Amino acid sequence: MSLDSLLFQAVNGLASASGLFLVAAGLSIIFGVTRIVNMAHGSFYMLGLYLAVTLAPALSPWIGGAAGFWGGILVATLAVALLGALVEMVLLRRLYRAPELYQLLATFALLLVISDAVLFLWGPEDILGPRAPGLSGAVDLLGRRLPQYDLFLALAGPAVLLGLHLLLRRTRFGRLIRAATQDREMVAALGINEALLFTAVFALGAGVAGLGGALQMAREPANLAIDLSVLGDAFVVVVVGGMGSISGAYLAAVLVAEVKALCTALGVVDIAGYAFNMSRLTLVAEFLVMALVLILRPHGLFGRPQPPATTRARAEPAPAPLGRRGAVLVLVAVALFAAVPLIGQFFAYAPVLALDMVIAALFAASLHFIMGPGGMASFGHAAYFGLGAYGAAFAATRLGAPTPLAFAMGIGTAAMGATLFGWFCVRLEGVYFAMLTLAFAQIVWSIVYQWEEVTGGSNGMFGVWPQAPFDEPAGLYLAALAVTLAGLFLIRRVVFAPFGFALRAGRDSSLRAEASGIPVARVRWLAFALAGTLCGAAGALFAFAKGSISPEAISVGRSIDGLVMVLLGGVQSLMGPVLGAGGFTLLQDMVMRETDYWRALLGAVILAVVLLFPSGIAGGLRRAGNAR
Amino acid sequence: MRSVPTLLDIEGLAAWYGEAQILFDLSFTVGRGEAVALVGRNGAGKSTTMKALMGLVRRRARRMAFAGRDIAALPTHEVARLGIGYVPEDRRIFTDLTVAENLDLGRRPGAASLWTDAAIFELFPHLAGLRARAGGSMSGGEQQMLAVARSLVGNPELLILDEPSEGVAPIIVEQMIGALLRLKASGMSFLISEQNSLLCEAICNRAYVMEQGEMRWQGGIDALPAGSDSVGLFTKLK
Ligand SMILES: Nc1ncnc2c1ncn2[C@@H]1O[C@H](COP(=O)(O)OP(=O)(O)OP(=O)(O)O)[C@@H](O)[C@H]1O
Ligand SMILES: [Mg+2]
Repeated sequence: MSLDSLLFQAVNGLASASGLFLVAAGLSIIFGVTRIVNMAHGSFYMLGLYLAVTLAPALSPWIGGAAGFWGGILVATLAVALLGALVEMVLLRRLYRAPELYQLLATFALLLVISDAVLFLWGPEDILGPRAPGLSGAVDLLGRRLPQYDLFLALAGPAVLLGLHLLLRRTRFGRLIRAATQDREMVAALGINEALLFTAVFALGAGVAGLGGALQMAREPANLAIDLSVLGDAFVVVVVGGMGSISGAYLAAVLVAEVKALCTALGVVDIAGYAFNMSRLTLVAEFLVMALVLILRPHGLFGRPQPPATTRARAEPAPAPLGRRGAVLVLVAVALFAAVPLIGQFFAYAPVLALDMVIAALFAASLHFIMGPGGMASFGHAAYFGLGAYGAAFAATRLGAPTPLAFAMGIGTAAMGATLFGWFCVRLEGVYFAMLTLAFAQIVWSIVYQWEEVTGGSNGMFGVWPQAPFDEPAGLYLAALAVTLAGLFLIRRVVFAPFGFALRAGRDSSLRAEASGIPVARVRWLAFALAGTLCGAAGALFAFAKGSISPEAISVGRSIDGLVMVLLGGVQSLMGPVLGAGGFTLLQDMVMRETDYWRALLGAVILAVVLLFPSGIAGGLRRAGNAR
Repeated sequence: MRSVPTLLDIEGLAAWYGEAQILFDLSFTVGRGEAVALVGRNGAGKSTTMKALMGLVRRRARRMAFAGRDIAALPTHEVARLGIGYVPEDRRIFTDLTVAENLDLGRRPGAASLWTDAAIFELFPHLAGLRARAGGSMSGGEQQMLAVARSLVGNPELLILDEPSEGVAPIIVEQMIGALLRLKASGMSFLISEQNSLLCEAICNRAYVMEQGEMRWQGGIDALPAGSDSVGLFTKLK
């Protein structure tokens, strides 16, 4: 590797950093004022890109190539800003007083809907944008040819940073943003229309993200996966830079992009006689940067300490022990599920569906354990599902391990991952926790996606069939049922043990729990590791049930599925996620399979649940029961 | 005393934090050019009453009129725009913004204000030298002056001051009293919650005594029942 290739990659890195910065800055500004983490922010970026690649060629015949290109970027930016304003007025305004989890889910639902809207409007193929007129050449730099557009983008980031800085410092709108970031109520008490301010801020944040996407049109094709990948990166950047700090976001974007670029520049290096391609490390590098920053500065480079979590406004009811009637119901349900293989002879599909439900129940219950009693809403629970699945699949196919051993190795993989990631995550609260878990899941996904030799890359692994006696549908199903019941039993025991009380005490007031001698961080860490381990068991079962495994098992979509299951059922009791998992699996199986637009459908379901049943279906039923 | 025309007319005010009802059936008035004290122990509900006026907590009332306009259903910013300036008890200065920027946020764009910068700095000469100072690096007294100034530039007819002398050095309290008296002489109306009798007696015409979210007594400031239990704290400080 030579100095000039390093420099070349450095400029390349700055160009990527600009795009990343724009998304992260928009996210940060919106969060500062409205306290909403907008999961749909990646969608704004994606829409900016799609609109630009469509508008630029459409405008060019009318107003000329250059004007068309830049005009397309401008119009795309404004259109996305307008959409942001609309979203704020129609959706978010109803959510400002809702719990954080609901805000996150609702904006994620929006992401799903936008994603399918883009699929509907533009189709599934990648779309290449035009080159930038006047900037399509290359500059000779130290004997290498550097694309002019990359240079331009590298400058665009700092330019926008400067523009935002001036906006915040020099204009009344900017002062309002800074003031409202500190104290919204006081801003209103000075006669400023808060609703209007929020709409404007949302439009600004969306527009900046849209601009980020639109500017990429000469650099990368518009594609449907970009919303989530950008969102994951933006979360890393925001967490590293410190929430609410624009300069921090830029610094973090540069740091992350440059470390990636450095790995690419290093290329294949010799490590102890083994040729190793460093460019494979780009995603791990992102993780390492984030981990390092969070260890040294838990609030990010420029972030301020979050105010200590106050006592919750609404105390969660303590989990109630099963009554006699409840115990009977549970026994009947278990007996019914155990009897499913008997009807398998008549309804061949029943055991397959029942197996899906059983696995989903363990997945959702493990998530519920950290969400309900733990008060930590993970947006990356699929990471441990995937680690369990891949661990088991790898052991079974590549190592030839017998099925029980492969299953155990899957669980072990998930346990290690959850222990490692959990250590970082449990230090954060609320939305920061959610973002970090999501970022970790995205990193696991990317590693699995890229590490072809071990994971099979995008194709995944095949032929993960269990050995006898689990090769029979009934054998595998009963084993899965036993594992899930054991997992549920374990969770229940833990929740009612002193450990469970300590966990809930930490959730209700970490300060008070800490003062009464509970090591809150350690309790949370253990809970996180346990939840990840159980989730890994569900993942390992999943791999054997399907006979194959692909990166889809780790996707954000699966993490969100888990949240929706818990939410559908209600967070308060262990029955909630189990019911929710059953209901969701049925819904997915019967309805979503029938349409290409299942994401939009899922998004609609989430929005309906969030807006109509704020305490979940189980909670709704119980309330209805109480009312009678 | 009651000969002045009524500016703020509240009848049957109730307010809640979440499910907890804090205020019960409060009735009180503030006349034009009048200064009214709201007196009561810690936790009596003085601050909540003020927040309820501004629409910062959930509230309900049989009548809530300001300058003849019904304000019961108005959002906070519209209440403020009608001419009520609110100075909260912890002052809530925007700490990242400079003094000049804090003042600027109080102004209504497009509306001419009597309170030019010159007028403000004449009233609070001390602030003039601090224009570029960040709000967060000012003393309690300086923040209090800024908070009052910040509401003044919005041209209020009524100033709501929540414990304006709390955490303020005595010398600054003197200055504050002077400034408030000048404002009153120019026709400003006040609703002041205070535990410092000096400030109250210097400025206020009438007083209401609150206890546990209800009105217990009202009358002229000189007639405040000395030593009576309901105002124990007030009279102790005296
Ligand atoms: N944010 C809140 N949530 C719930 N209850 C509150 C809140 N703020 C105040 N209260 C309660 O409302 C009651 C009235 O409080 P308020 O602050 O209005 O009293 P105050 O008369 O201003 O007292 P002080 O002299 O201490 O300022 C108290 O019992 C208090 O505990
Ligand atoms: Mg008070």
